[in-house]
Amino acid sequence: MPRALTYGALLFLSAMFIIPFYWTFITAVKSIGELYQFPPVFWPDEVMWDNFVTAWFKQPFDVYLKNSVIVVVLSTIGQLFSCSLVAFGFARFKFKGRDAIFVLLLSTMMIPWDVKMIPLYMEFNMLGWINTLKPLIVPAYFADAFFVFLLRQYIMTVPIEIDEAARMDGANSWQIYWRIHLPLMMPALVLVGTFHFMNAWNDYLGPLIYLNDQSKYTLTLGLSMFKGLHETDITSIAAITVVLCIPPLILFFFAQRYIMDGSIGSSVKG
Amino acid sequence: MSTLVVQDEASEERHRFIEKLTPYLFISPWILGFLFFTLGPLIFSFIMSFYDWPVVGERTFVGLQNYEVMLTEDPLFWDSLWITVKFGLFFVPFNVILGLLLAVLLNQKVFGTGVFRTIFYLPSVISGVALVTIWAWIYSHEYGILNFLLGLAGIEGPNWLGDPNWSLLAIVIASLWGLGGTMLILLTGLQSIPKELYEAAKMSDVPAWARLIYITIPMLSPMLLFTVITSIISAFQQLTIALLLTGGGPLESTYFFAMYIYDNAFKYFEMGFAAANSWVMFLIILVLSMLVLKSSSAWVYYEGEMKNSEAADA
Repeated sequence: MPRALTYGALLFLSAMFIIPFYWTFITAVKSIGELYQFPPVFWPDEVMWDNFVTAWFKQPFDVYLKNSVIVVVLSTIGQLFSCSLVAFGFARFKFKGRDAIFVLLLSTMMIPWDVKMIPLYMEFNMLGWINTLKPLIVPAYFADAFFVFLLRQYIMTVPIEIDEAARMDGANSWQIYWRIHLPLMMPALVLVGTFHFMNAWNDYLGPLIYLNDQSKYTLTLGLSMFKGLHETDITSIAAITVVLCIPPLILFFFAQRYIMDGSIGSSVKG
Repeated sequence: MSTLVVQDEASEERHRFIEKLTPYLFISPWILGFLFFTLGPLIFSFIMSFYDWPVVGERTFVGLQNYEVMLTEDPLFWDSLWITVKFGLFFVPFNVILGLLLAVLLNQKVFGTGVFRTIFYLPSVISGVALVTIWAWIYSHEYGILNFLLGLAGIEGPNWLGDPNWSLLAIVIASLWGLGGTMLILLTGLQSIPKELYEAAKMSDVPAWARLIYITIPMLSPMLLFTVITSIISAFQQLTIALLLTGGGPLESTYFFAMYIYDNAFKYFEMGFAAANSWVMFLIILVLSMLVLKSSSAWVYYEGEMKNSEAADA
């Protein structure tokens, strides 16, 4: 393919992907007058940083932020801990039924969320967990299948001789997991942590179904409330959208080299 | 002396028992999670689907009635299913083909691939709610930037979200904005294709389009299969975007099957009926995935198999 055509296509497509972000940011910092000007204003005369503050106090976003942080931090810890344990179990032991159980684990990835949505709601209702953050946190302590698969593939690449040497020195299985494999898994753990952080931070349907009181809302739910409450308040919607996008984007930039690194991604193929 | 031996034996037995138990202890978080958050709910939902099951109040066994009503009496079932299929027919091919196009472009040795790759992946990082609010404003009939840009090109843009002829397409486009994940999987696949194949082809003057069709696509076919299946699944589960961007409208032109389930469960509180709906979705996804997998032996090329058959020939 000619060089120029490749560059042309890449630049055009990048513009398609970037413009929506740019447009949201510009909308957030425009004055009301500029918002409805036609033809549209592509750079405001004055950047209205105050719009962010105004938007933040239109709803109890402090409370939403606190709830989001609780959910994300606690569930990420749970996911990292449980998935690495389970992955270590599958990667480093021979036991009865291992392969059958592993196939079962993989097949659970195919089950659509919608099938579990209703019974899970009933289950959490019976436990008295509706309108608490628990349904968004507790399941993360029971190992997500995809993350287990990813970590297991990663552990398989570590030579078994390392484990054997440690065992000769008197280390037990827990110590081999905790002292040797957990540190070695770090790149894969960063990847799992990043993906889970994004899932939890961005989750909308979970909070929508399980939370009723505004005092329990997460940020995504708060943002979606704007649609009903202030139909025309585009500036605030855009401002909160920008705020909501910032943590995942920052995290993405830090974890980028792990996400883009084919060596972990390609393990998905095997 | 003898007691000591007995003790030794006992401790050895205990030791062996613990050793046997250890692997199960390590995988126990998943086992428990599977029982309580997957298998239990699945069985529960299956049972519910044969009941008239309101959230509060009396539940009664109704046999196959939920399934009957859904298939024969409720037009919304077929309508929402058809809308979901239409969405899938647009979304799945575009998601895979555009993902492939981006991956192929990025796999060229061009300056700044890292930056481009990041740009294409960015939308996949943000939340569905943020995505929806961004696109709602872009699609705005009067003030939207999309129709302004189309206007510059001399095209009068439609009322994207207000016109039933365009609303589904609007959701397809917004969904395609997040194809970075597909791109990344295919890019990883492209990078694992041996360079020698291309070099050999170049030496025998095979043109670029033929290299794409005869080398890239066959070598990439296992990954393509994977992305086709995951795209189908995500097309069927499409809910957040439609729920927030159009609310299923206008005139139910974007009333997806997942929204039908959601409404039956959490708006009308017909838990049994909604459970029956969700099992139909599960079956459809299962059958479609099986069909794609079955067909895959015809179009997916596995390098490993080739090697095996060669070995068998020799």
